Amino acid sequence: MAKVIFTANIQRHVMCPQTQASSGTVRDVLDHVFAENPQARGYVLDDQAGLRRHITIFVDGKMIRDRARLADAVSETSTIHVFQALSGG
Amino acid sequence: MSDKLFVSTRKGLFTVSRPNGKWDIEAVDFLGDNVTLTLSDPRDGCHYAALDHGHFGVKLHRSNGKGWEEIAVPVYPPKPEGYEENDMWGRPVNWSTARIWALAAGGRDEPGVIWCGTLPGGLFRSTDRGASWEMIRSLWDHPKRKQWNGGGADLPGIHSICIDPRNSKRVWVAVSTGGIWLTEDAGASWDQRGNGMRAEYVPPELTHDPIAQDVHCLVQCPAAPHRMWVQHHNGIFVSDDEGKTFREITDVEPSTFGFAVVVHPRLPDTAWFVPEIKDEKRIPREGKLVVTRTRDAGKHFESLTKGLPQVHAYDVVYRHALALDATGERLAFGSTTGGLWVSEDQGEAWACVSHTLPPVYAVRFA
Repeated sequence: MAKVIFTANIQRHVMCPQTQASSGTVRDVLDHVFAENPQARGYVLDDQAGLRRHITIFVDGKMIRDRARLADAVSETSTIHVFQALSGG
Repeated sequence: MSDKLFVSTRKGLFTVSRPNGKWDIEAVDFLGDNVTLTLSDPRDGCHYAALDHGHFGVKLHRSNGKGWEEIAVPVYPPKPEGYEENDMWGRPVNWSTARIWALAAGGRDEPGVIWCGTLPGGLFRSTDRGASWEMIRSLWDHPKRKQWNGGGADLPGIHSICIDPRNSKRVWVAVSTGGIWLTEDAGASWDQRGNGMRAEYVPPELTHDPIAQDVHCLVQCPAAPHRMWVQHHNGIFVSDDEGKTFREITDVEPSTFGFAVVVHPRLPDTAWFVPEIKDEKRIPREGKLVVTRTRDAGKHFESLTKGLPQVHAYDVVYRHALALDATGERLAFGSTTGGLWVSEDQGEAWACVSHTLPPVYAVRFA
């Protein structure tokens, strides 16, 4: 199971505890996480289910580039960090 | 008269009240967060607050007077595969709520109905007090909607919603930039309104095209719905036929440029504005903050200054930041530089509640 860790800054809006989810792609992992925590979905994804403009995701330390389809691969031992991008200073 | 104000600011929602005859800040909610607009529904006493969390998107909260709870937010439908639509800057339009720019309670015969205007131009309706939202596809899919452009923001947006007090199926919306649109069948179909407005920022052949008009704010007199007032990018316009046609009002000192307008609830000839130098500078003329008022449908205007700063004032008042209470007696407005003023007498005199608030986006009587 991949490990999923959310930025601390999202926690004051909606609780997103560290969790585990089945691997595959970033989309597969997030679908699983948001099925358990539906309120968090709109904080990370936009209306078209793409990554919000100022959210970044790292898979094993590498920032994903496919922000629309979220097709980057995730392995059973991966760690996914959901961060807010540096913007606004 | 209303004794409570909601002041939406860049850094929180301020509740301002007058328990002992003096207006003061009673509470602060969402401190540190960007609150862009509120709606207080007179039909059931519910309050709504729109927030923009930046990184984490646009959210809506509702209160029945005992704390706030997050409710559903309007969500755009899936963009069809392969569908291409670019904004005026050549960038693909993301079908996603970028800002909540208008909130309006439905008619008295439709409790729980709330209308919501957004950037990039979607109009939504809830029939369950914001628990769920439905996009009005007839307007979003209207072929002319793609001619809407940015104005008040990079993206086009619906900032004004007027529900006909005689017939809730009739709804006007105003777009920056896209003019005025009317439905007479509760959103099933839409027609453009607003002949007579004038745009200086387009070539001459488009000057009077209703879809080119950058309406900053549209209001309708509840007791005389034929009367509509517009604060437009290029001046002040008034309609006597429900927005079909407008006439321009000129020669208003110190300026006809501004963002906000309010109309008296029973006296359609009485309206208030907050003028700025047009339009490249957008500051009060000579650093003097004034409110202008007409009581004769625009034939004459008064500059109301008592209690307002008349030296080095650079306050800008956004389109939702001027408010009038249901009696037509109390006014309030907030500014980009954190000033908040209230008048008890239709603007004759003003009292400063604070001049150190965060930038004010909206002021509404609760």
